[in-house]
Amino acid sequence: MKMKTVQVLAGAAALAFTAAAQAQVSNDVVKIGVLTDLSGAYSDLAGPGSVLAVKMAVEDFGGKVLGKPIEVVSADHQNKGDIAANKAREWFDRDNVDMIIDLVSSSTALAVMKVAKEKNKVSIVSGAASTKITNEDCTDTNVHYTYDTRSLAEGTGRAVVKQGGDTWFFLTADYAFGHSLEKDTSDVVIAAGGKVLGSVRHPFPGQDFSSFLLKAQASGAKVIGLANAGTDTQNSIKQAAEFGITPKQKLAGLLIFITDIHSVGLKAAQELYVTESFYWDQDDAARAWSKKFFDRHKKMPTMVQAGDYSATMHYLNAIKAAGTDDTAKVMEKMRATPVNDFFAKNGKIRVDGLHVHDVYLFQVKKPAESKQPWDYYKLVQTVPGEQAFTPLAQSKCPLVKK
Amino acid sequence: MIEVFGVPLQGLFGQLLVGLINGSFYAVLSLGLAIIFGLLNIINFTHGAQYMMGAFFAWIGLTKFGLSYWAALLVAPLLVGAIGMVIERTMLKRLYHLDHLYGLLLTFGLALIIEGYFFNEFGSSGQSYDIPEALSGGTNLGFVFLPNYRAWVVVASIVMCLVSWFLIERTRLGAYLRAGTENPKLLQSFGVNVPLLVTLTYGYGVALAAFAGVLAAPVFQVSPDMGSKLIIVVFAVVVIGGMGSILGSIVTGLGLGVIEGLTKVYFPEFSATIIFLIMVIVLLLRPAGLFGRVR
Repeated sequence: MKMKTVQVLAGAAALAFTAAAQAQVSNDVVKIGVLTDLSGAYSDLAGPGSVLAVKMAVEDFGGKVLGKPIEVVSADHQNKGDIAANKAREWFDRDNVDMIIDLVSSSTALAVMKVAKEKNKVSIVSGAASTKITNEDCTDTNVHYTYDTRSLAEGTGRAVVKQGGDTWFFLTADYAFGHSLEKDTSDVVIAAGGKVLGSVRHPFPGQDFSSFLLKAQASGAKVIGLANAGTDTQNSIKQAAEFGITPKQKLAGLLIFITDIHSVGLKAAQELYVTESFYWDQDDAARAWSKKFFDRHKKMPTMVQAGDYSATMHYLNAIKAAGTDDTAKVMEKMRATPVNDFFAKNGKIRVDGLHVHDVYLFQVKKPAESKQPWDYYKLVQTVPGEQAFTPLAQSKCPLVKK
Repeated sequence: MIEVFGVPLQGLFGQLLVGLINGSFYAVLSLGLAIIFGLLNIINFTHGAQYMMGAFFAWIGLTKFGLSYWAALLVAPLLVGAIGMVIERTMLKRLYHLDHLYGLLLTFGLALIIEGYFFNEFGSSGQSYDIPEALSGGTNLGFVFLPNYRAWVVVASIVMCLVSWFLIERTRLGAYLRAGTENPKLLQSFGVNVPLLVTLTYGYGVALAAFAGVLAAPVFQVSPDMGSKLIIVVFAVVVIGGMGSILGSIVTGLGLGVIEGLTKVYFPEFSATIIFLIMVIVLLLRPAGLFGRVR
């Protein structure tokens, strides 16, 4: 008899608790919007794979948080800032979206961050790389989760100089992104004791890079830094091999994803240095998750896609721990809790929104060393998060108290 | 060491050679465009997409059916040419009596559809096509390391251009073609099947684009946007050479490749613009193009 009373009481208490918690989820649903490039140049490194990664996170979380369903919606931002901002506005105002994730080019990321701040909702950038996101343009409702140009420059620049690649020549895409990547990396190379022998700026987008590569060859630099992206980088790698420039001179890719390596092939890409925040084969946990992803997507995840999963989990856990989906409280919880999963070890989200975690310098394997499809990288060095990312004291974000 | 404006002579020769290689792509592509424009009066904006299709068919042939590069060099142009003929018969045919603009809009729309389809089917990051075994490696010419495959590209393109020129300027079929351009009604009254001639010509022009695509596959990443990157430059080449001039498009293609190559040495940022600057100057001084005739 007494036992039964306890059970009833416990049941009532549980009900009351759930009811209280339910009141804390706005519109009785947690809605996540994946805003990404579904059809253009970045659709392989983010795109449908990013949507899948977020959906997997929601499934693994159980599909519900605080007793309320979690929904995922997605849209194509076409890499255009205005389209991204309009979609974000529509999602926040009309469709009760609580958080927007992915944002695969800097223009879309910067536009959506602003809208999210204005509407007091959460934005999580996993796809874009500009350091502006956590400096001049930082907001207290945003997280920059996966990587930025500084971590790429630091990883590839410093580590390659340390490996003996102390003279550099840059092959740079002639627009803002290429220039800033060249500048960031030059600074790091010089600081690490290396020398920059010159650079050549190619029109964007390019097709034939052989003229520029011949210049790089003539410079005699040990390392040719590729400050470009996408098919420009792929064609540079391919043609460097064709003209016999590699492997005599080494290439350092400043923004390369595993999907790029997959499409160029190991024969041309071998011995190339790359910096990534995640590699599917880096440890058991990464392998286990990536295998599940591969079974559904037929491609291994990029760091952007893995970051999407990890960030979604972190966000949902924060809602659960905070007992509410209120933006300020969730952001506070996300900053207070370290990230420990297959993606990041002891990752920390700072007040400027930057997620500081270790990044890795890899070298692309030779065809003979690769044992299976997607077996592309060998680890050269782990770059600790504090070294890879801008120190908080140097952040230009107004939220940082000095 | 001898230097020309601060660039060692050896390096300069290398760059000239690289320019010539790119020029051969321009030549084959602009030749196809010129043939189509000359006879059909259609500005074929689908040309870039058809070049891309040629490269993709070679890649699909190799990865899915084990089709060798050499076979692809024949099969891909035939297939793409056949698809082109279907397009001509079902769509383009209806536009001949209308303004150029209609043909341009139709072919541009088709190009977007074809590119969209390939994006959807094969993704954006491109596929890689290995250089055929027989042509891998390279030769050190002293002043530059010339990959054997690039040498082959130059030879194959020039041979293809000469064959096309010979077909059109020196054979009976070519004579019909040229007559059809001047006065289709008269030619028809002599019992020549002009519509068939027109279909075959479009097919041939398109096949040339696909041929260039197969040539390009081992050099550039095979990606859905490879054609749209090139097509604007090729149009400029055709305009400079003189719309519809066969010889003009070949010579201009090669020449502009070399000029572009030189620009990459002395003023790399300007290399994407130089061809258009030349186009403006040529249009001002010779509106019909370098080799064109005012009709």
